[in-house]
Amino acid sequence: MKPSHPLTPEEEINIEIRRKTIKAFALFGLAGFVPFGVWKYIKNQPKTDGVENPLRNILEINCKLSKSYFSQVRLAPTFNKSEAAKKPKVNGREGLKKPIDLTEWSLKITSDYKEKKIVSLNIDQIKSLPKHEVIFEFKCIEGWSQVMHWGGARLCDLMETYKLGTRDGSILNNSDFKNLFKYVGMETPDKEYFVGIDMESALHPQTLLCYELNGKPLSQDHGFPLRLIIPVKYGVKNIKRIGNIIFTDNRPADYWAELGYDYFGGL
Amino acid sequence: MKKIQKKHSLALRWFHWINFPVLALMIWSGTLIYWAYDPYAIKIGNFTLFKFYPESFYKSLGIPFRLAEGMSWHFALMWIFTINGILYFLYTMISGEWKLLIPNKHSFKEAWNVVLHDIGFRKDTLPLRKFNGAQQIAYTTVILMGFGSLISGLAIYKPIQFSWLSWLLGGYKNARIIHFGLTIGYVFFFMIHIAQVIRAGWNNFRAMVAGFEVIDEKDSTSTISEQNV
Repeated sequence: MKPSHPLTPEEEINIEIRRKTIKAFALFGLAGFVPFGVWKYIKNQPKTDGVENPLRNILEINCKLSKSYFSQVRLAPTFNKSEAAKKPKVNGREGLKKPIDLTEWSLKITSDYKEKKIVSLNIDQIKSLPKHEVIFEFKCIEGWSQVMHWGGARLCDLMETYKLGTRDGSILNNSDFKNLFKYVGMETPDKEYFVGIDMESALHPQTLLCYELNGKPLSQDHGFPLRLIIPVKYGVKNIKRIGNIIFTDNRPADYWAELGYDYFGGL
Repeated sequence: MKKIQKKHSLALRWFHWINFPVLALMIWSGTLIYWAYDPYAIKIGNFTLFKFYPESFYKSLGIPFRLAEGMSWHFALMWIFTINGILYFLYTMISGEWKLLIPNKHSFKEAWNVVLHDIGFRKDTLPLRKFNGAQQIAYTTVILMGFGSLISGLAIYKPIQFSWLSWLLGGYKNARIIHFGLTIGYVFFFMIHIAQVIRAGWNNFRAMVAGFEVIDEKDSTSTISEQNV
């Protein structure tokens, strides 16, 4: 409707205020739909290993960034023996259904090239490697943490001694990453629990194949006879009762990564 | 006569409003994560005053057993939160708006007067500035809290690669408590913020959306009583 008289300045400013306000709030309302739209879109995407693809892709980017920032020189802070928990927490029993004894256990190690190289070791062979201890704050992905005191052999010492981890079967050279497999996969003897670990983290000096907790042999529920302690990863990667190890370029299956967690799990 | 006066720039309004959905979702996904290990409580001696959180709270919001989902959202949204925060910081530095925001030696006395005013003990008008002392303190604090969430988050996200940061915050466990406590702080900030926005009225709220406020030039004191939030 056209006004019958010319607008007064007062009316003009009121119209301008109204126009600007309506325009701004219309845009504001529209912008408000964006987060809803993004939410709906993500929720409707197919999932990979339990996570909607857009979020899984971001987890993978985070994983790449973490990997590129990761350094073997950065160590998990260590503690005094007296600070270690007397009764370390037990969490997770996947792959530990029945107790196991040494007569039925050996560590089988496979290298994933054309002619698969398989090494089988008993516990004494692992104990004959230099023993290392680490007292660090074990961190569970659930959020709790506890100072624990572990003892065992460095994974990198085992690899060096048995010429493992290199694609051509030559002796380990930590600076020659091109000749190293990308991953280490580990699983329990019954294959019920399994983890995948990137080679950089596997070679970290605090990564141990442990047979002792608080200076005593491992109990069944802490992973007797041999478990992984990898301080640069969440507890989920610290697999108990290792039965098989594989060195490979194909990303090994990982129990919790298949259930919606990120694969890297690095700290 | 009325006059349209610019108050908040477009950039500032974006920085402000992006936080609304992002923080809401970060608090939600953070709660999904916290549920998996939820030992915090306010205690007086042996008496538990409040546990974070009661079972009924979790159940009514559908929180339990969604740790992985919480992590996947949290570690995606952290990028938006961080980038938005950095851009906002650069913006205030370059535009010089930080000068309006950072409290000075008068802010604390003024803030006290604002509080007295708000609870009805003082009838005089509030200072005629974009941000009064109480706002300077509150907004600077919440920005510092955002920075605190970022570094405490990093300290628990990568506690070994950034072990110096975890150490600085009193260790991994402490960093997690700080990260949690700051979140509770946001919730309190949010409640006071909303209450203040409501009492400040339409002109003030519109400025945060449309960017301008309307002032009456004839009687310029009339806007003074209108409190900016």
